[in-house]
Amino acid sequence: MTQEEVFEKVQEVLEDALGVDDDEVTPEATLVGDLGAESIDFLDIVFRLEKAFDVKIEQSELFPDGVLNDANYVQDGKVTDAGMAELKSRMPHANLDEFDDSRKVEDFSNVFTVDAVCKFIENKLAAA
Amino acid sequence: MRWIWIDRIVEIEKGERCVTIKNVSAAEEVVHDHFPATDDRPAMPIMPNTLIIEGMAQTAGIMVGHAGDFKEKVLLAKITKATFHAVAKPGYTIRHIATMENFGKSGASTKGVTELIDPDTGESKPLAEISIMFSHIDHNMAGLEFPEHNFVFTGMFIDLLKRSGVDVE
Repeated sequence: MTQEEVFEKVQEVLEDALGVDDDEVTPEATLVGDLGAESIDFLDIVFRLEKAFDVKIEQSELFPDGVLNDANYVQDGKVTDAGMAELKSRMPHANLDEFDDSRKVEDFSNVFTVDAVCKFIENKLAAA
Repeated sequence: MRWIWIDRIVEIEKGERCVTIKNVSAAEEVVHDHFPATDDRPAMPIMPNTLIIEGMAQTAGIMVGHAGDFKEKVLLAKITKATFHAVAKPGYTIRHIATMENFGKSGASTKGVTELIDPDTGESKPLAEISIMFSHIDHNMAGLEFPEHNFVFTGMFIDLLKRSGVDVE
């Protein structure tokens, strides 16, 4: 499957799950900030991706849990070096460069972009 | 008034499907007031669509709870789809047919078809399509904590399951 085909299917999944228009689903759009996703939508997105691409996905693979509420990884509302290392190892599909500059927990949702979802699926399909 | 919008579970297949019925009665206050007569027209009593959705949510919610042996707290998180094709008048029976689309640690997605059974002919016709997502709230991504006891599947639901002949501990 080409990158373009992956993007088109991801676009369709996000349109259906979030009730947004296709022109809003650009590669750089953030799921939470730009497309209005709430926590339950992440589960909906995972279920729809599984169906669209015929793969098995654990929700925590795509959207890691347990890092930002771990005292070893977060101090004073900012992700520590150990936390960044953990996020980088668990999220090879996401671009964490910008987040690395601020490291503020409240900015973390911005790493979930449409592009990150596409990359995740590409990695998943390549490993299958 | 008890917040239960299904009368009986007529079929349940673990993790797959649940079918329930609800009889619409003119004695129900919600029907009486929805919609009352105006100067221009007589009363038009019909079952509110919102409560038909609630009936499907209870049907699908029981299916999701049953799939996890009622250990999880199952809460409606999102109505993915609700399309109506007809109205449910007193004397008619509503049949909710819920099927499981996905079931996981964090929650489940369900698909539902609601039918209207005609009291004169016994025939059914499509009333609505209602798809719902449920969260297993103790595994929510937001990290929120909830009371330990299962406040979702209370005695009201357990009674319904038992009188419908479903085995529950």
